[in-house]
Amino acid sequence: MSFQTLLVANRGEIARRVMRTAREMGIRSVAVYVDADRDAPFVGDADVAVRLETSYLDGDAILEAARRTGAGAIHPGYGFLSENAGFARAVESAGIAWVGPSPEAIETMGDKLAAKDLAEKSGVPTLPMSADLTDDEAVGYPLLVKAAAGGGGKGMRIVESSDDLERAIEAAQREAQVGFGDDRVFLERFVSRARHIEIQLLGDGAGNLVHLGERECSIQRRHQKIIEESPSPRVDAELREKMGQAALELGRALAYRSAGTVEFLVDDETGEFWFLEVNTRLQVEHPVTEMVTGIDLVREQLRVARGEPLEFTQSEVRFEGAAIEARLYAEDPARGFLPATGTLAALDTRDAPPVRWDSGVEAGSVVGVDFDPMLAKVIASGPTRSEAAGRLALSLERTHLGGMRTNRDFLVAVLRTPEFLAGDTTTDFIDRVEPPRELQVSEAERELALRLAALFVQGENRAAAPVLTEIPSGWQNGRMPAQQISFGQGQERFVVRYRSTRNGNFTFEDGTVARIHHWAPHSLDAEIGGLRVRSRITRAGQDLVVQCPFGDLLLRQEPRFQPPGSGETGGGLEAPMPGKVIQLHVAVGDSVRAGQTVAVLEAMKMEHPMDAPEDGVVTEILVEIGQQVESGTLLVVVETKTDS
Amino acid sequence: MQRPTLLVPPLRSRLDTKKPEFQENRTAMLEKLSKIDELLDEAAAGGGPAAFERLAKRGKLPVRERVGLVLDPDSPFLELSGLAAYGSHYTIGGGSLLGIGVIAGVECVIFANDASVLGGALTPHVGKKWERALEIARDNHMPYVSFVESAGADLRVRTDGQKGQSAGSTGASLNHFAESGRFFYEMIELSKLEIPTVCVVFGSSTAGGAYQPGMSDYNVLIKKQSMIYLGGPPLVKMATGEESDHETLGGAQMHTDVSGLGEYLAEDESDAIRLCREIVSHLNIRKPGPPPSFRAEAPILDSEELLGLVDPELRRPLDIREVIGRVVDGSRFEEFKARYGPTLVCGWASIHGYLVGILGNNGPLFPESAEKAAHFIQLNNQIDVPLIFFQNLTGFNVGKDFEEAGIIKKGSQMINAVTNSTVPHLTVILGASYGAGTYAMSGRAYNNRFTFIWPSAKIAVMGGAQIAGVMSQVRRAQAARKGLEFDEAADAETVAKVAAIQDAGSLALMATSAISDDGILDPRDTRTVLGICLSAVRNTPVEGAPNYGVFRL
Repeated sequence: MSFQTLLVANRGEIARRVMRTAREMGIRSVAVYVDADRDAPFVGDADVAVRLETSYLDGDAILEAARRTGAGAIHPGYGFLSENAGFARAVESAGIAWVGPSPEAIETMGDKLAAKDLAEKSGVPTLPMSADLTDDEAVGYPLLVKAAAGGGGKGMRIVESSDDLERAIEAAQREAQVGFGDDRVFLERFVSRARHIEIQLLGDGAGNLVHLGERECSIQRRHQKIIEESPSPRVDAELREKMGQAALELGRALAYRSAGTVEFLVDDETGEFWFLEVNTRLQVEHPVTEMVTGIDLVREQLRVARGEPLEFTQSEVRFEGAAIEARLYAEDPARGFLPATGTLAALDTRDAPPVRWDSGVEAGSVVGVDFDPMLAKVIASGPTRSEAAGRLALSLERTHLGGMRTNRDFLVAVLRTPEFLAGDTTTDFIDRVEPPRELQVSEAERELALRLAALFVQGENRAAAPVLTEIPSGWQNGRMPAQQISFGQGQERFVVRYRSTRNGNFTFEDGTVARIHHWAPHSLDAEIGGLRVRSRITRAGQDLVVQCPFGDLLLRQEPRFQPPGSGETGGGLEAPMPGKVIQLHVAVGDSVRAGQTVAVLEAMKMEHPMDAPEDGVVTEILVEIGQQVESGTLLVVVETKTDS
Repeated sequence: MQRPTLLVPPLRSRLDTKKPEFQENRTAMLEKLSKIDELLDEAAAGGGPAAFERLAKRGKLPVRERVGLVLDPDSPFLELSGLAAYGSHYTIGGGSLLGIGVIAGVECVIFANDASVLGGALTPHVGKKWERALEIARDNHMPYVSFVESAGADLRVRTDGQKGQSAGSTGASLNHFAESGRFFYEMIELSKLEIPTVCVVFGSSTAGGAYQPGMSDYNVLIKKQSMIYLGGPPLVKMATGEESDHETLGGAQMHTDVSGLGEYLAEDESDAIRLCREIVSHLNIRKPGPPPSFRAEAPILDSEELLGLVDPELRRPLDIREVIGRVVDGSRFEEFKARYGPTLVCGWASIHGYLVGILGNNGPLFPESAEKAAHFIQLNNQIDVPLIFFQNLTGFNVGKDFEEAGIIKKGSQMINAVTNSTVPHLTVILGASYGAGTYAMSGRAYNNRFTFIWPSAKIAVMGGAQIAGVMSQVRRAQAARKGLEFDEAADAETVAKVAAIQDAGSLALMATSAISDDGILDPRDTRTVLGICLSAVRNTPVEGAPNYGVFRL
């Protein structure tokens, strides 16, 4: 089925990535978007875009958009409608090519229980599990409560003992209902020293089916992958062959068409593997496979959708070097990886070292609560795994990025741990290795950042001055106080004092001399105490994202004057992120102890317990169930208990 | 439209920095500068650490911090008459801080009492500095911002202006009380001239002090800190027997809620300064003066070398072009009538992009040089260009030939042109400034906008040695008339004494002490200071004179 126009029924980085290949193949792109995405880059990337009144899950509206724009094919990306067999069927019956596997394959694999049956029939080993929620003894602890319709870690809970089972089941069901409209959950054995390794399949539905090797995605937080790579350091040729064959068996049983992934759990010690599930779509982490095989998976998907046969056989698939992908998220690793929102004030990548950015955002993008907080994927390859890891870490570090919380510094830290570099990557990596969650900044480094910021603001002040613009900065002939500027960083506050000297230099309080070589609205090239630094600096309101040789630091410029009444309000329990209050466990007058959950906030389709910061008595409840709250909203006031 | 530069090529320097004279000059200049540095420290210390501590305990900031806080961050601040009262019985600095600074993007004249010095009392030096502040605001049409904290008149000074109990010969004013109080007239005049006046009262503002907010357009008062009354509780008790306390008599709350003397009630000093900035930001100041005509370009010649140009004894001549080339944009100076009247160098240059006409002495004024000056001044009035006077002259030349050549006539032409010129004049005294030359080169008495002096400057009717010599000759003639024998030894002693006294009185520090200039400059700051002033003068239109007095031709 030939087509000249492709509608991408998705958003963000994957929409852009699909459109890029489509364009390379001479195919027009159509985007669909909801209002929250009206300024998103992918909308501009498309040749034409259709606004959806409802959501990315509105199949009818998407089909109407395809008809309206003459799209001959629909690529669903991942998530949303990508594994919705009903939609795939509707697309095909509308005479539009569905860029994905057959609706039947989606349907079979969409039901985790049916998928497992098929795997067992195909001779692929599976983990002990049960759909009977009282059958926990047979499954054995530790176990996982998983949503039958789930994916992406939503509706999933690890349970260590039978005491916690009931609560976990409830929570998983609730999340499954919200996330997938289907609250069925099941129990599955949990392997603690495990690796998550998956095999990429590619088939044309006409008998040609190949696997493109494995991807290891063991490094996860909140059950979501953050670092993925190919090949896996745990997989040797023999294991690859075994897992590849198992995946092909399953693929053949499905007469698999397009790209798909068979996920396995691998026991790190024994190398045993068990079937987990088949993802009947393009995976988020598909680029690492592309980088080691040189095969453009989207191109192959589009060719298959056009009815063309695969161009290569299994023996022609070559693997070269290593590739690693890091997922850049708007989130706060230091606070349990809670999703973050805000404006990505700074995003400025560098040409070297060369890496691939599959990005859904650009500088100035607003990240809200509506969608998954993944900002971009950064993929590096190299002749060896350690070179790829080095490139990726350096490239992330050299990127000028900030304005909101991201996991960038955490990703860099992970990529540089000896454990990661040794290939010791199991699913418990983060808890076991405990890479630093935040940028580790020495006092000298912070001082440097503060001074760069002070000199930068100085340049801004001079550039904005309406009079005496040519007179040297801060010139004075008397004994006036030094220039003074205050910055907040985290919870701390720092004051920088400096004076300008007749030769155009600046002197800081401790006598350190600085010379500005060049100031521009987004950068500063300065020599401070003999250290020459070319820094990119981005202002977002009072915030300054200051790029230093060790990474970006977010500094908040404090106003010189505090108008009366603008002081801080009292303490209490504040919402750490925007979300909806779904549970309140306390009433005014209740005594609570530190760590006790007083409320539950739903954000990003996940439930976040809000715990009392200290022992005390609830004196005020400022929200009600169902209320949407902003980050920083005071939820509950807890007055500290005093012994008197 | 801004053009790149004047077309004239840069000046070439003939200065030999290897010569011992250069090094001697430089050493002498650095010595003077280091003395000035010490004096500036002393001035900044105001009433001393104990006084500062006392104020800090009451939540009060030192005056320099108050002013520092009101200025736009990283903006320049030109302090004026910082060494007022040097050598007097009063604290150096004149108990106040005066300067031109930028508040909310607006160039303002800022005058602030230093409460650490006699509680900000109105001493003769405070008074003269204050008058100068008002004059600068009026002449240059800049908003006048005052930070008031003043105990009122210095009651230790007698009504006739002479010091009372702590009597001394210097520092007191000759003004009788009946002549004083002109400040209030001038403050009100500013308002009439559409020059806004903003006053922040930081402490007690009594009697004379009370009229400062009284005569201001906007008053910011600080809770539990500002206190304004015509007479404080002791005086009220003396006058009427009424018992009162400071807060009900003249507290900030009373004046903003009841009397209406204050428009804005601030929580504390920082809040008051914030309010002051907000007020200035709404003043709708639009500078009428043209923006710079040229791109600012640093001089090619090294401004550090300005330190080695002036002979401390003022005996060795100085080529003024060496100064000009180290001050003006790109060292470009287009000389006018270079071959005629060469003891006065005239020409055009730009400073920080502002086109200026420069007159600089290269010796005493000759009839031709005076004539050239009169011509040059008229040309600049024709094209609305400000004038800069670099003074280094021993006066008009005297002698039979010069009298015959009409030195008085030609000198008068020059003074006529200077007097009636309406473009702004900025004067910098580098070395000698003697006799009528001081006036002809737009000295302080000739309504120039600003006068600055280098540490090497000497200002007097003539040189000390000349004065002593003239007086010796007069004595010798008297002796001869009376037929007395002339005591050569005694005369030599007197000559030396007189010369020394006269020289001491002519020094830059003495001039600046009396606020007869706007301050002593580090020569290396000449370009920057002129740049600030050239911008300041553009708060009023730069317009040449439509007519002059009758030129005696």
